[in-house]
Amino acid sequence: MDEFFVFNSVLLAKLVTRQTDKIMAILNGAQILVECFKREGVDVVFGYPGGQILATFDALYDVKDFKFILTRHEQGAAHAADGYARATGKVGVCISTSGPGATNLVTGLANAYMDSIPMVAITGQVRTTLIGNDAFQESDITGITRPVTKHNFLVKDVKELARIVREAFYIASSGRPGPVVIDFPSDVQNAKTEFIWPESVSIRSYQPRFEGHPGQIKKAARMIEKALKPILYVGGGVITSEASEDLKNLAEKNQIPVTTTFMGLGAFPGQHPLSLGMLGMHGTAYANHATMESDLIIAVGARFDDRVTGRIDAFAPHAKIIHIDIDPTSIAKNIRVDVPIVGDAKNILHEMISYVRRAPDTKAWLAQIKKWREQYPLFYKQDDKLRPQYVIEKIQELTKGDAIIATEVGQNQMWSCLFYQHNQPRTWISSGGLGTMGFGLPAAIGAQLGRPEKVVFDIAGDGSIQMNIQELATAVFNKLPVKIAILNNGYLGMVRQWQELFYKRRYSHTTLQNPDFVKIAEAYGAKGIRVTRKDEVVPAIKEALATDNVVMIDFVIEPEENVFPMVPAGEALNRIINGMA
Amino acid sequence: MKHTISILVENRFGVLARVAGLFSARGYNIDSLAVSETQDPEVSRMTIVVNAEDERILEQIKKQLNKLIDVITVTDFTKKEYIERELVFLKIGFDKKNLLKLKKLIVKRKVQVLEKKIDYLIVELVDDQKKIQDFLAEIKDFKISELVRTGRIAIAK
Repeated sequence: MDEFFVFNSVLLAKLVTRQTDKIMAILNGAQILVECFKREGVDVVFGYPGGQILATFDALYDVKDFKFILTRHEQGAAHAADGYARATGKVGVCISTSGPGATNLVTGLANAYMDSIPMVAITGQVRTTLIGNDAFQESDITGITRPVTKHNFLVKDVKELARIVREAFYIASSGRPGPVVIDFPSDVQNAKTEFIWPESVSIRSYQPRFEGHPGQIKKAARMIEKALKPILYVGGGVITSEASEDLKNLAEKNQIPVTTTFMGLGAFPGQHPLSLGMLGMHGTAYANHATMESDLIIAVGARFDDRVTGRIDAFAPHAKIIHIDIDPTSIAKNIRVDVPIVGDAKNILHEMISYVRRAPDTKAWLAQIKKWREQYPLFYKQDDKLRPQYVIEKIQELTKGDAIIATEVGQNQMWSCLFYQHNQPRTWISSGGLGTMGFGLPAAIGAQLGRPEKVVFDIAGDGSIQMNIQELATAVFNKLPVKIAILNNGYLGMVRQWQELFYKRRYSHTTLQNPDFVKIAEAYGAKGIRVTRKDEVVPAIKEALATDNVVMIDFVIEPEENVFPMVPAGEALNRIINGMA
Repeated sequence: MKHTISILVENRFGVLARVAGLFSARGYNIDSLAVSETQDPEVSRMTIVVNAEDERILEQIKKQLNKLIDVITVTDFTKKEYIERELVFLKIGFDKKNLLKLKKLIVKRKVQVLEKKIDYLIVELVDDQKKIQDFLAEIKDFKISELVRTGRIAIAK
């Protein structure tokens, strides 16, 4: 290296972004990371500083190309990055320091891993010479996160950094997406080298399969033509691969009803006549009956998880199964599959539409489903009491079904699945696989950043809202006007429901004494509204929508309202408790 | 049933922990493990012997091994034609009475004598698992003060 430049950071940014110039830029690791973010098209980073990530925060100080959002807890940063990724389809990015900062990300990483959400997390680390010495704020974060990430890296040499960042974004966003951690020791952040952006990325041991096997697709098409009781069972993979249009075409052309998993909500319009809503433990009775009676299940980007199948040996006894998934480990994991097709859902569905030569005759089948729909409608008691389902229906009505709905975990989440009709992909932001209480508020913040034009509602419980309530500060001070609807029943409602149904109403430690949520909202600079009567619901939601600020509505609901329908854990999918007794 | 699984991986730190983690997370014990570089120094081969309590679970582990970013290929030798070898070092004690018997066994089994001391031999035997087991059974009356044995390596025919 003959020439050695010392830049101020503004000049530096200009120089390195002009790639045609063959000027060699000597940057430190922290600056290289920032340059890589710019080239990856990052537009927001969520994070929290600390001792071992100082150099990186110093590099972030001058950045104008993307936003940095300071959360109030690292877990909030991880969930916000996750919510941003779900709402936009882009990679969510978060940064923490080493040790406790990094371990605070772990729940967020596990959450993203279970739901296949693309994320890149940067963790500070003690200097390379101290690693393994029990240094202050040291933790073996690559070891800790190995089972909850798609991949992770420890950067030992600054020369490898640009390649690692490029690979991390590629791995996070391709194939079955997932979170990737880059552990970034402080001396590597400060070490200098020539910045070379790798123009392409190629990993010989990682080549996700995109196109489905044509022979298998044809075989599946023949089965669809002959089916009498087909059903499309679709999951989050349809949203990830942006296959909603092709799914709709396939369903409409062949008159096949569609049920979605929890993760698939929004992949197919909830108000479409062919939509059966969600299936599984808290699925609609008609979706579950249709699944159990069907003779052909076309599974797309879904993984037959235990909350969907119920008792596995009793699941859909008459059905042949076509399983489309980009991840071969998802296929035949829980259930026998007749036609496995590995590849991208959009690509395969698109092919399949042209392969099906004649639509199956599903008239009788749809008539049967209509009967189930009439026989077992979704319902709740219509009276003067303030019931949570009513609140959600009114949110739907007043947002014209166009809001992004984030939720916490438990009853609030299941009512939001059932009583809000999710019509578009990327508008349902909820923790599926891991079931993380405290996810909703920070995820709503991330979603609001990614989709500033949208109304974002976090439908919460009084228990889970308190798990990351500090993020009210993040929302208020960054002017992210999310609306929070607390369905406050004074209980950890879902656990209480199980105690009621399966533990003889012994409500062991599920009763909550709560703070005054209105005052909490106000203390953070948000608007707080309390609603105790049914007739106050609509005005309160209208007021929230008209307020250009964070609004938290405390809906004091019927305390022992349950989520129905329900299939008890380990029972067959058609053993439904409908709550009609 | 015992499976011999051969995994080609990128020769990088952390890969072994990732591979081992897929077994340990399910409470699966690895019977033996051998790792070394291949003809390409950027690629290592791991040969793992594992007892599958449930074939479906092992099938899932193999798929998940394939899914690891640093894993290039996974081959299960169980239903294939392959050659396997293990290596064992032994310190075998002897005295005047049983020396002749020991010498006979050593010749019969093609055991290499590496060191001869006044009252013990250091020997090596390279063979498949069964033949090594057989030899160990034959010398069980001798005093074995140390036994060091590698994991199995295997190659497809």
